[in-house]
Amino acid sequence: MLIGRRSARNSHTMDKSITLPPDEIFRNLENAKRFAIDIGGSLTKLAYYSTVQHKVAKVRSFDHATKEAASDKLYEISVQEEVTARLHFIKFENAYIETCLDFIKDHLVNTDTKVIKATGGGAHKFKELIERKLGLKVDKEDEMTCLIKGCNFVLRNIPHEAFVYAKHADSEFRFQTTQPDIFPYLLVNIGSGVSIVKVESEDKFERIGGSSIGGGTFWGLGALLTKTKRFDELLQLASKGQHTSVDMLVKDIYGGSYGSLGLTGDLIASSFGKSATADKEFSKEDMAKSLLHMISNDIGQLACLYAKLHNLSRVYFGGFFIRGHPVTMHTITYSINFFTKGEVQALFLRHEGYLGAIGAFLKGAEEDNPNQYSWGENYAGSSGLMSVSPDMNPMQRARSGTFDMLEMDRLERQLVNLPLLQDPSSYIPDTMDLTEDALAREYWLYCFEEALDGVVKRAVASQPDMPEAAQRAEKFRQKYRHKLQTLRQQPFAYGSLTVRSLLDTREHCLNEFNFPDPYSKIKQKENDMALKYYQKAVKSLEELSWEQRQFALVRVELMAFISCEHPERPWLVDSYDQWFERLKGPPHKCALFFVDNSGVDIILGVMPFVRELLSRGTEVVLASNSGPALNDVTNGELQILTERIAAMDPVIQAGLREDRLMLVQSGSSSPCLDLSRLDKVLAMVVRERQTDLVIIEGMGRAIHTNYYAMLSCESLKMAVIKNSWLADRLGGKLFSVVFKYEVPAGKPSQHSAALSPL
Amino acid sequence: ISVRCSAFPWFGMDIGGTLVKLVYFEPKDITAEEEQEEVENLKSIRRYLTSNTAYGKTGIRDVHLELQDLTLCGRTGNLHFIRFPTHDLPAFLQMGRNKHFSSLHTTLCATGGGAYKFESDFRTMADLQLHKLDELDCLIRGVLYIDSVVSGGPSECYYFENPTDPDRCIQKPYTLENPYPLLLVNIGSGVSILAVYSESNYKRVTGTSLGGGTFLGLCCLLTGCSTFEEALEMASQGESTRVDKLVRDIYGGDYERFGLPGWAVASSFGNMMSKEKRESVSKEDLARATLVTITNNIGSITRMCALNENIERVVFVGNFLRVNTLSMKLLAYAMDYWSKGQLKALFLQHEGYFGAVGALLELLHPS
Repeated sequence: MLIGRRSARNSHTMDKSITLPPDEIFRNLENAKRFAIDIGGSLTKLAYYSTVQHKVAKVRSFDHATKEAASDKLYEISVQEEVTARLHFIKFENAYIETCLDFIKDHLVNTDTKVIKATGGGAHKFKELIERKLGLKVDKEDEMTCLIKGCNFVLRNIPHEAFVYAKHADSEFRFQTTQPDIFPYLLVNIGSGVSIVKVESEDKFERIGGSSIGGGTFWGLGALLTKTKRFDELLQLASKGQHTSVDMLVKDIYGGSYGSLGLTGDLIASSFGKSATADKEFSKEDMAKSLLHMISNDIGQLACLYAKLHNLSRVYFGGFFIRGHPVTMHTITYSINFFTKGEVQALFLRHEGYLGAIGAFLKGAEEDNPNQYSWGENYAGSSGLMSVSPDMNPMQRARSGTFDMLEMDRLERQLVNLPLLQDPSSYIPDTMDLTEDALAREYWLYCFEEALDGVVKRAVASQPDMPEAAQRAEKFRQKYRHKLQTLRQQPFAYGSLTVRSLLDTREHCLNEFNFPDPYSKIKQKENDMALKYYQKAVKSLEELSWEQRQFALVRVELMAFISCEHPERPWLVDSYDQWFERLKGPPHKCALFFVDNSGVDIILGVMPFVRELLSRGTEVVLASNSGPALNDVTNGELQILTERIAAMDPVIQAGLREDRLMLVQSGSSSPCLDLSRLDKVLAMVVRERQTDLVIIEGMGRAIHTNYYAMLSCESLKMAVIKNSWLADRLGGKLFSVVFKYEVPAGKPSQHSAALSPL
Repeated sequence: ISVRCSAFPWFGMDIGGTLVKLVYFEPKDITAEEEQEEVENLKSIRRYLTSNTAYGKTGIRDVHLELQDLTLCGRTGNLHFIRFPTHDLPAFLQMGRNKHFSSLHTTLCATGGGAYKFESDFRTMADLQLHKLDELDCLIRGVLYIDSVVSGGPSECYYFENPTDPDRCIQKPYTLENPYPLLLVNIGSGVSILAVYSESNYKRVTGTSLGGGTFLGLCCLLTGCSTFEEALEMASQGESTRVDKLVRDIYGGDYERFGLPGWAVASSFGNMMSKEKRESVSKEDLARATLVTITNNIGSITRMCALNENIERVVFVGNFLRVNTLSMKLLAYAMDYWSKGQLKALFLQHEGYFGAVGALLELLHPS
C-alpha cells in the first residue's frame, strides 16, 4: 500500500510517502467489527475488534480399549484451528486518514457493523468523511469518559503499563508493578488545556479541577514568541535552550539562595522576569525553554495541590503535551518532585495515546463484556513504547513511518493474584530487570539471538507435513530478530525487559506464524519414554528408608533437569536440612505445585514427590500451563499423563478418586511464572483448600522469576542453574543447585533458620 | 519613649526583583531647638524627598498613598511611599553618596532579595551598612501595622461587591478586625502565598513563578512595550477571547457534564496554535490575554491553597495590583465564582509597600 500525504504544503513533506504492506497495519480486517476512532489534533487512533484463527496443538488420549493395536504412543497430537478475540489499535497521522479509511473500506468484508464510536476533538471535523467513506454512522462519545475507561482498561490488563520517568538514571523508564487495586487515582490530562480527574472506581470519576495553562498555551504562546509552528519543533527548541537568560531566578534577586525558606538560588522566582525590557533580544531556544518550564511547573504544582486536597498518591499524566515526549515527561517529573518533596511520583502510561480510542471502543463493545475478561498485550503485534518518536529511534521511523500499533489478545481465563502473596502490591515476578542492568541485557539479548537458529529449526521440524513451514519459520525469524534489535535500542519498549518478556515475545511471535507448539513431538516422545520407567523409579524409592527417601526425592526431582553428575551438598542455596526437619513435623494441609517440563521431570521427578506428599496426608494441587511454552508440560498433557500414572499407581489413583490430587491450569502460556496473573479457578482452589505450601520448580519459574517472591505460607523453590552466565552471576557454577525452603516470618516452624539471600 | 528610637532619618526599604520600595517618615513635630541641631544633610534629604514627587528619570512618590499625622515612636509626621526600578539602584546609591548619607550614621533597614544581593554595593558605593530583614516577616508586620493605623480617608482594606456581575461590581471598604487566619498572597515579580495565623505565626504555603514579572516579561516580548503602565494600558484595550480558546470554542457551549461554563478559558493562548488566528490578533489582545492568564492562574493556585489550609479570607498585595483594577476584579470574580461564594478576595490600598513599612518598623521597634 502506498500512503502519501495528500495535501502536503511543500515538497519536503511530499517525500514522506512510504510503502507498507497493508497487513502489517490493519490486520485481520476481514473479521473486524465494533470500530472506534479517536481523532486528536494531529494523530488518529483507530480501534477494532477482530477474531483471529490460529492453530493450537491439542492432545487427545487414545482410546485405551484398543491401545495395543493403535500405537505405542500415549496420546495423539492434533493441530486445530481456534478462534480467539483480539483488539487492534492503530495510531497514524491525521494526514493519512483518508487513505486509511479507503483501505479499511476495501478490506472490510463480512462485517455487520453499522456504527463507529468516535471521540477526540477532531471527531467532529472528520465526521462527514468517515460516514461517507465507511458507510458507518458516527456516534460521538464523551472524551473524558472514554479516556478514563481506556485508562482503567490498560492499568488492569497490561503489566508494566505505568512508569516513572528518570532522565538521568541508568534506565530512563522505571516501570511500576501492577497494583491489585488500581483505584483511586488522579489523571492529569494535558491537552490544549488541563483536566484533573479523580477516578474512584470503574464507573465513578469526577473532574475536580483543571487549568487553562496547558499544551495549547505552550504551543500558542511558543508559536508567537519563536515563530515556530509545530509542537514538536517547539519542544526541540526548548530542549536546546537555557531558561536562565529569560527567567528571573532566586539568585538574580537575592544574589544567592533564600536560605531561611530553603529556596535555592537556581529556583525560578519569576518566569520571563528578565525579558521585561525592550532593548534585549532573546534566543528562540531560550524562550521556548523558559515557557516549557513555566507551564510544566505550573501544571505540576496544581496537580500536587489537587492530589493533596483529595489525599491521592497515584497521579498519572497524559495528553498530547506528554505523549512520547521525554522533554515534557522530565519537566513534569521535576515539578512534581519539587512540589511534593518526592512524596508523590509522576506516573506516565505506555499506551497513553490509545486511551481515548480504547475507551470509545469499550463503550461500543459493552455487549461483548470486554471488562469481564482478562486481556494480554501481544508483543508480536504491538509496536512498543517510543516506536514513532523521531529522536528515540530513527531507524524504525524510516521503516514503519508514523504508524504505531497495539494488539491485545483476549485470554481464555480470567487472571488474578495468587492469594498467597505476602504483599501483592510489592510483588515483582522477575528476578532481574534487564532494563536497568545493561550487562545482563547485553548477555541475554545475545543469548536469544544465538538460540534463534535452533528455534527456527525446531519449528520447521515440528510440522514435517507442511511444506510452507520453512517459509513461515523464516518470517518468524525475521520478526523475532527485529524485536530483539528494537529491544537492544529501546529495552523499555514493552515495559521492563526481562528474561520472561524475551521468552514470551518469542512465544507470541511463534504463534503469530502458526507454530503453536514446536515441542509437541519432543514432549510426546519424552513422556512416552519416561512413563516406562515410572514404576521402577517408584519401586526403588519405596525400598529406601524414610530418611533416605526424602533426600532421594529432592535429588531425583533436581536430577531430572540435568544429565551430568549431581553436585554435592552443600548446594549454592541449600536449606534441605530445614526442609527435612519440617518433614518430621505434621503434614501440610495442601501443597500447590507449579510444574515445569514434560518427560523425566514431570513423570520421574514431580510425580514421586507428589506421591510422597499424598502419602503424608497432604492434598496436592498441580498447576500447569494452560497453553504450550517450550517443553513445559501443559494442562492437557498432564491430564493424560496423570490418568496413565494413576492406572499404574494406586496412591495417585486414590488421590484423584478422593479429590486429594487435583490438576488445575495456571492461566499462563509462558515458561516463566507471574504469580499476579493466575487463573481465577486456581486462586479459588488455593483459598478453599487452605494451601499452606507452595512448590515452584525449574529455572523459568523459580530462578528467572519468583526467586525473591515472598509468600504468606511455606514455600519451596527448586532449580538447577543450567546457564553458566547466570550461575556466575549468582555466585555459583554451571549446574549449581538452588533449594530454597522458606517460612514466612512470624509463622511457627520447627526450624526457620535464616537463609542467606543470594 | 523617643529616647529609645533611632535617630532620624527613618527609612524602610524593600528591594525586590523589579522594584525598590522605600518608605520615609517625615517628622512634622520638629521643635526649633531640634531644627537648630539638625545637620544640614538631614535637612536636605528631607527637603529633597518631600518637595518632589519624581526623582531622577524613574523614581516616583505615590502621593495618594501618603499617610499624614501618623504617630510613630512618639513622633508625629507623614509617611511617604516612594518606588523606583531595581535596575536604577546604582543611581540611587550614587545619590546617597553625593548627599553624604553615610555621615548620618544611620542604620538602613532593608528587606527583599536585594538587601542581600546589593549589600556590598551599599557598602562600597555609598558607605552604608544595611540591616537585613526577612521579607515575609516584614510583609506581615507591614500589613498588620498599616491596617491598624489607617483611619479616615479611603479604607485601607476593601473588596469588590457583586464580583460576578460587571455592571454592579463596586469597590467596598472592609474592616479587617479579626484578621486570622488569613491567606496573604504577595504578587511581585513572582508570587508568595502565606498562611497567617498571628503576627508571629505564619508559614509560606507555596509560591509561583508566574507573577507580575511574567506578565511584563511576556508583554514586552509579545508587544514590544517596555513598562508596566504601557502593558496595562494595552491590556485594557484588548480582547483576550480572540487569543484564548474558550470552553465554547471546543464544545459549542457549556461543557455540562463537568459544569464548565462556555465562557471559561479552556486553553490560554490556545487559539494561537492556528496561524490564521495568530495573524489576526492585535498587540492589545495579546497583552490582555497575558494579563488574564497570569491573574487567573494566581487565582486558581490561591483557591487551592485556601482549600488545603482551610482558610476563607484572602488578602492580595504586591505591586502587580498597582493601578490594575482589571486583575483585582478578575481575582475577586475567580475567588467568588469557583468557590461558590465561600472565598472572599480582599485588597489593600498600599499594595506593594508593606515590606518596606515592615522594615521601617523593625528600625523603630526591633522585634
